Amino acid sequence: MRTLLELDGVAARYGPVQALRDVSLVVREGEIVAVLGANGAGKTTTLRAISGTVSWSGAIELDGKQLKGGPERSARAGIAHVPEGRGTFVELTVTENLKLGAYTRRDRSVKADVARIAEYFPWMVERGGQRAGTLSGGEQQMLALGRALMGRPRLLLLDEPSLGLAPMIVREFFRIVRELNEKEGLTVLVVEQDARIALNASRRAYVLEVGRVALTGTSDELRGDESVRRSYLGY
Amino acid sequence: MLIVAAFADFMQQVVSGLAAGGVYALLALALVIIHRSTGVINFAQGEMATLSTYIAWNLTVNHGWSYWPAFVATLAISFVGGVGIHRVVIRPVERGNVLRIVIVTIGLLVGINGFVIWKWGGEPQQLQSPFGTNTYDVGGVVIAANDIGTIAVALAIVVLLWALFQFTKVGLALRAAAVNPEEARLVGVRVTWMLALGWGLAALLGAVAGMLTAPAVGLDPNMMAPVLIYAFAAAILGGIDSPLGAVVGGLVLGVLLNMLSYLSQYGAFDWFTEELRLPTALLIILVVLLVRPQGIFGRPEMKRV
Repeated sequence: MRTLLELDGVAARYGPVQALRDVSLVVREGEIVAVLGANGAGKTTTLRAISGTVSWSGAIELDGKQLKGGPERSARAGIAHVPEGRGTFVELTVTENLKLGAYTRRDRSVKADVARIAEYFPWMVERGGQRAGTLSGGEQQMLALGRALMGRPRLLLLDEPSLGLAPMIVREFFRIVRELNEKEGLTVLVVEQDARIALNASRRAYVLEVGRVALTGTSDELRGDESVRRSYLGY
Repeated sequence: MLIVAAFADFMQQVVSGLAAGGVYALLALALVIIHRSTGVINFAQGEMATLSTYIAWNLTVNHGWSYWPAFVATLAISFVGGVGIHRVVIRPVERGNVLRIVIVTIGLLVGINGFVIWKWGGEPQQLQSPFGTNTYDVGGVVIAANDIGTIAVALAIVVLLWALFQFTKVGLALRAAAVNPEEARLVGVRVTWMLALGWGLAALLGAVAGMLTAPAVGLDPNMMAPVLIYAFAAAILGGIDSPLGAVVGGLVLGVLLNMLSYLSQYGAFDWFTEELRLPTALLIILVVLLVRPQGIFGRPEMKRV
């Protein structure tokens, strides 16, 4: 499989706080890759470096090309970032949120894509005029996913999608992500505190500890690893 | 007969109140657009409008342009000027303390005012009304052509702006950048350009307000100062983050002030004179801020904990 995303020795800091020290990872086309770790390990910062919302040093390449510049540039390069805590415009309607997902696209098939999204989330068409802020937490997370898909991303970044959602909704969310991956070859890099969910959904995973990659392997391997089990799976 | 005359007078006051209110609405809308995107009250909004009006006057009087071409050219110049002001003066101070931006807008107010006096002098000039000085008698109600024209232009601008925000891609991006800039960047919206565009639109709205104000009150470097106070009152009354509120607030304020004048002629509130119009606007600002700070159409500010 071709390498889609490659991070090599990436470091990042917020003022005096060194959030990432040395992160190197690879995401191949068509993979779902998980990033695990405790609070403050640098999971979110890793995603933020990739989408350009935090300044970083080292090398990040998408499809062999250096990623440089802010989030607008990353979005135009085909990276869709669903940030932690639902990434929706609460004051805008469901339809407007979806349209914004396709903002960087110049082609005319945006309407067809709304229909494509509706196959996964029929309610988004039926309730297109509703303000996103009035949706439930689960619906907002689904909308954030739908909006990201509208951009026809080459790489989808998911930051803690399970946060604050009921287990049933989390399962449904990951079921859809996996379906998109299998049917449409969507490449996903997902950050999760809930290691069990993340390892079940992904093919490979990285474990971060204080800004460094501490461990990597296939998700099956990691599930069997003693230290991962103790630290992140809790049994 | 007295009742008929009183009714005709009443209707006249309503129409001229709507005309004045339409102008307040335009300037209030400009304040709302900038407040939504940049998060401050633009104290220079009135002076920016005055400068625009001088440009229109200069084109017609000194360069022999006819009114409407000068009107359109002034809108274009003002729009570009507004974008420029954001890029050059506002953007460098945009991050950090809000107070810094406020002080910059006050600096702009003083600077533009000084520039206008330096360039064109302080004495009043006359900008012609494009609608003439005719009056029409509609069933005893005397209506000035200028009032009708003012209402029509203000209404047209508001509708065009609404359509821009509601139905175009750039309008959607403008709203997204205003309500959630970080999120907007993630979907690829060039947020700083959207903010600049907002300043351009605000300058354009101000230009229209200025050009509609000058024929009635005379063009002078300070003509927009009272209008800006009325616009503040209109925006606060409607809700400082609500475009609809700005429009309704402007119209309500225009008619309300005229009603007070009207009633004072017929004995009620006979202490109310023209001099009390501005203090009344200030009183409205104060009362709204005390009783319902978010205004009529605003949503109460919610802080996430």
